[in-house]
Amino acid sequence: MNPYITNTPQEVGQMLKDIGVENIDALFADIKPEHRPKSFDLPAGLSEYEVMRHVTGLSLKNNVHVIPFIGGGYYDHYIPTAVGALTSRGEFFTAYTPYQPECSQGTLQALFEYQSSMCALTGMEVSNASLYDGGTALYEAMMMAIRINGRNKVIVDGGVSPIYRKILKTYTHHLSFQFEETPVVHGQSSREEIYKLLDKDTAVVILQNPNFFGAIDDLTDIIQKAHSVGALVIVSVYPVSLGLLKTPAEMGADIVTGEGQSLGLPLNFGGPYLGFMCTSKKYIRKMPGRIVGETVDAKGNRCFVNTLQAREQHIRREKATSNICTNVSLCALQAAIFMAEVGKNGLRAMAQLNLDKAEYTKQVLSKIKGVEVKRSAPTFNEFTVHLPKDASQVVAAMMKKGFAAGFPLGRYYPGMERYLLVAVTEKRTREEIDRYAKALLEVLD
Amino acid sequence: MEIEENFLYTKEHEWVSIEDNIATMGISDYAQEALGDVTYVELPEEESEVEQFEQFVSVESVKAASDIYAPMGGKVIEVNRKLEDTPALINKDCYGKGWIAKIDVRDMDESTNLMSAEEYRNFLDSLAH
Amino acid sequence: MELIFERSVAGRKGFDFGKSDVPVHAKIPAKYARAVDAPLPEVSELDVVRHYTRLSQKNFSIDTHFYPLGSCTMKYNPKFTEALSRLSGFTDLHPLLAQLSGGEKWTQGALQILYELEQWMCEMTGFSHFTMQPLAGAHGELTGIMLMAAYHKSKGNSKKKYVIIPDSAHGTNPASAAVAGYETITIPSNKDGGMDLEALKAAVNEETAGLMMTVPSTYGVFEPNVGEISKIIHAVDGIMYYDGANLNAVLGRCRPGDIGFDVMHINTHKTFTTPHGGGGPGSGPVGVNEKLARFLPISRVVKRGDGVFALDYNYAESIGYISSFYGNFGLLVRAYAYMLMLGKEGLIDTASHAVLNANYIMKKLEPYYKICFDRICMHESVFSASKQAERGVHAIDIAKFLIDQQIHPPTVYFPISVPEAIMIEPTETESKQTMDHFIAKMIEADKLSQTDPAAFKEFPKTMPIARPDEVKAARDVKTSFFLAVSPTHAA
Repeated sequence: MNPYITNTPQEVGQMLKDIGVENIDALFADIKPEHRPKSFDLPAGLSEYEVMRHVTGLSLKNNVHVIPFIGGGYYDHYIPTAVGALTSRGEFFTAYTPYQPECSQGTLQALFEYQSSMCALTGMEVSNASLYDGGTALYEAMMMAIRINGRNKVIVDGGVSPIYRKILKTYTHHLSFQFEETPVVHGQSSREEIYKLLDKDTAVVILQNPNFFGAIDDLTDIIQKAHSVGALVIVSVYPVSLGLLKTPAEMGADIVTGEGQSLGLPLNFGGPYLGFMCTSKKYIRKMPGRIVGETVDAKGNRCFVNTLQAREQHIRREKATSNICTNVSLCALQAAIFMAEVGKNGLRAMAQLNLDKAEYTKQVLSKIKGVEVKRSAPTFNEFTVHLPKDASQVVAAMMKKGFAAGFPLGRYYPGMERYLLVAVTEKRTREEIDRYAKALLEVLD
Repeated sequence: MEIEENFLYTKEHEWVSIEDNIATMGISDYAQEALGDVTYVELPEEESEVEQFEQFVSVESVKAASDIYAPMGGKVIEVNRKLEDTPALINKDCYGKGWIAKIDVRDMDESTNLMSAEEYRNFLDSLAH
Repeated sequence: MELIFERSVAGRKGFDFGKSDVPVHAKIPAKYARAVDAPLPEVSELDVVRHYTRLSQKNFSIDTHFYPLGSCTMKYNPKFTEALSRLSGFTDLHPLLAQLSGGEKWTQGALQILYELEQWMCEMTGFSHFTMQPLAGAHGELTGIMLMAAYHKSKGNSKKKYVIIPDSAHGTNPASAAVAGYETITIPSNKDGGMDLEALKAAVNEETAGLMMTVPSTYGVFEPNVGEISKIIHAVDGIMYYDGANLNAVLGRCRPGDIGFDVMHINTHKTFTTPHGGGGPGSGPVGVNEKLARFLPISRVVKRGDGVFALDYNYAESIGYISSFYGNFGLLVRAYAYMLMLGKEGLIDTASHAVLNANYIMKKLEPYYKICFDRICMHESVFSASKQAERGVHAIDIAKFLIDQQIHPPTVYFPISVPEAIMIEPTETESKQTMDHFIAKMIEADKLSQTDPAAFKEFPKTMPIARPDEVKAARDVKTSFFLAVSPTHAA
């Protein structure tokens, strides 16, 4: 049943009369009999109550009660209640793309504030109004770099998320680039391996900080070397880490992307997420996606509009910088509100808690016989441990004890079946961490 | 619709004025009006080589982005840097101060591929129908 | 209104994370540490709440205004779908849990939703498989074109170079084809709003990879020759792509999989009422027939013999990952709940009333605005404000007038081939009352265009801002509180 259709039979009758047809079916006369559905065998509709009951029941079949020490680019952070309360306002989430600026200043100003906050966070000069997620943002950045210098070799560091690297491969296998990946190391990027590949054909080098294994680095030297041969550098970053870590701007990055889920978005089993992209002002016209700009109205009042639209699909069509139409406005709004609420002081405090709790976890895990915490590089809130047994089995046993113990790296890295990626956020209490270590000790016995 | 009598024109609405082997080019009044207020011009690199009718400039307005093609082949020897700060020159004075680039012509015979002012006027009339 | 940054006072805190309970105070080594804190706002929570609440009040939205944007399907977003999407059993679920060995055990609820959505979408559209991975409509288009390319590669069709689109196509169509490595050929429409078949036949040859179109077209007209068109394309082993933007018009009356299409995308934020969010996030599930199924992205959700739902990555010819996980799950839950509530009859009623409402508006406005196609429309109608333009009042002026009347304008200047285009899509959730009010206002606009055309230049005058200077925004570029860009040139 469709309770959202409310015209009464009388009203419908009146409308049909005004149109001049007998009934609604007459309005579909253009669909010939041979074009009618071969079947449309769907269940009957339900009441709101029945649907609520059924879907709530499904939500209870998902195990969200284990204590999560699993990350891999997506983190269980605390989201201040105000974020959800504000983005639940219908004026925000039932609005559309701000094509008519006079009646969309709410969305437009919020996106301008989001762009500004991303510039503050990453240190870069300009940001767009968001892309679908961290993986597709990285792909768009790669294409942007190739557009800028017209070269066709791409070097991707092995420490970049394996999920992102799979996405890059899907989108480019039909294009004629040379795609090179440097080998995986637990520690920092291998300068030796990158410099072996770096040459005047290189369009772009793609790096990640912290890398997928949790290692942090100062990428300034690699960036300088890449620039010396005219290559650009993209750094994919974890935004909360920027509460403490050196920014990609300070390192000299040309384009910065990443996953904004940790800026106030729930885990949501994979989406919706938030891809961000920031760059230098000289490249702003090469950037895909929507961009909000400041201007004045006819009376001289400051206001905000979608700008530089001449790059986009609705104008340039096949020559557009990308085929992107939508951004993830509501997610960008969540991030803007989160960054405003947490603020300059809060972000540093949040990052410090993450660091401290992760370091504490490393300490207690190190005391377990057979568990080796990899220490070849400093880390932020995620680190790699080597276990004496297959990590998948350990994780399965730990689930029974109420812990999502981490992400077994063997899933994406053949040969690394005994390595576990462990994430610790500000939400993990000392008590949870101690119990986690105790459970792990029991499982390994 | 203004047309400079002494210039030559292309089907893509570029104009060119050739003197001493140097071709100065820009876009016609028809083009600037169709684009609307020009907001940005992507100028080519000086010293770059270009073929006749090859795309080498891009002009943006709020509602459109237009590829601009070289009316004659040769080497780009000068670009109008004033367009960087004042792209509106293209709207205000498209045949004068709104010039875009100067090309050192490789092959003068290529000018036979262009239209005279009269031919361009007829061409514009044909577009209107 | 001030920016949140302009509200900042040094030292203010919005949120307190509390004290650490671990006996460690670590330090990042100096060479890896940031020199200066990010200049994020320093405001209180009350500041944040007031600021963003007041900002929200500057928006028009479906919850507050009639929003007849053609091609966007701005139907009511039911509140119960919001409530379901916020259940912690969904919001707190980490996507990697499902990828752990035996991980399906802990994610059965989510996997069941993804699986059942696929079943519903297949039956609704006549396709045999669906992927939920694409994160937006345009993303779905790109995925569909990549499936097309994978098909041709597997068949050794190395000559395939072109994708054909009608002149009424949405801009994302040629853009998606270009991103996937194809060139586009545009076919004009005839005076009835359908594709010019002779022009199509002339353009199709061995180099044709496929054709992208939407039915009904963006002119709001059901393509009468869709069967012919698909024959022509299939004769050269081309792939027929259906842009699902206008699916709301044909639910239950016609299935793209039955009328010759091989692949399609759905915009869940249009047809299945996942909220538009002020411009996203969206979701663009892609459906295919058996011809293309083996190329679908991985992972796929399967139901095993023991009735357990699981992720399956075992598809040798898959194009791979097109996004990080399984799709925008938070939106898909809403679409799922909506479909369950509507059921078979509710879905059919959707198209029935969407088309009824659009025709009602069209009939009432016909005496005042130039109609583009003198025939029954589907879920949207296209007018040209050419009569009014002759008086100096353009489509954009009528849009600004409507804003002052507290109505969100219809789509203007699309499709691009219609001068002064005004595209109106009321959707099925609007009442006769609301539509009558809109009609009255459109008639008022027409009258005013005759009596006082100059007045339009002032509109809107009741909003927080008047018409913005878009030229200045593109010339004196300022996209961050911290930096003005100004026209600069690429290195």
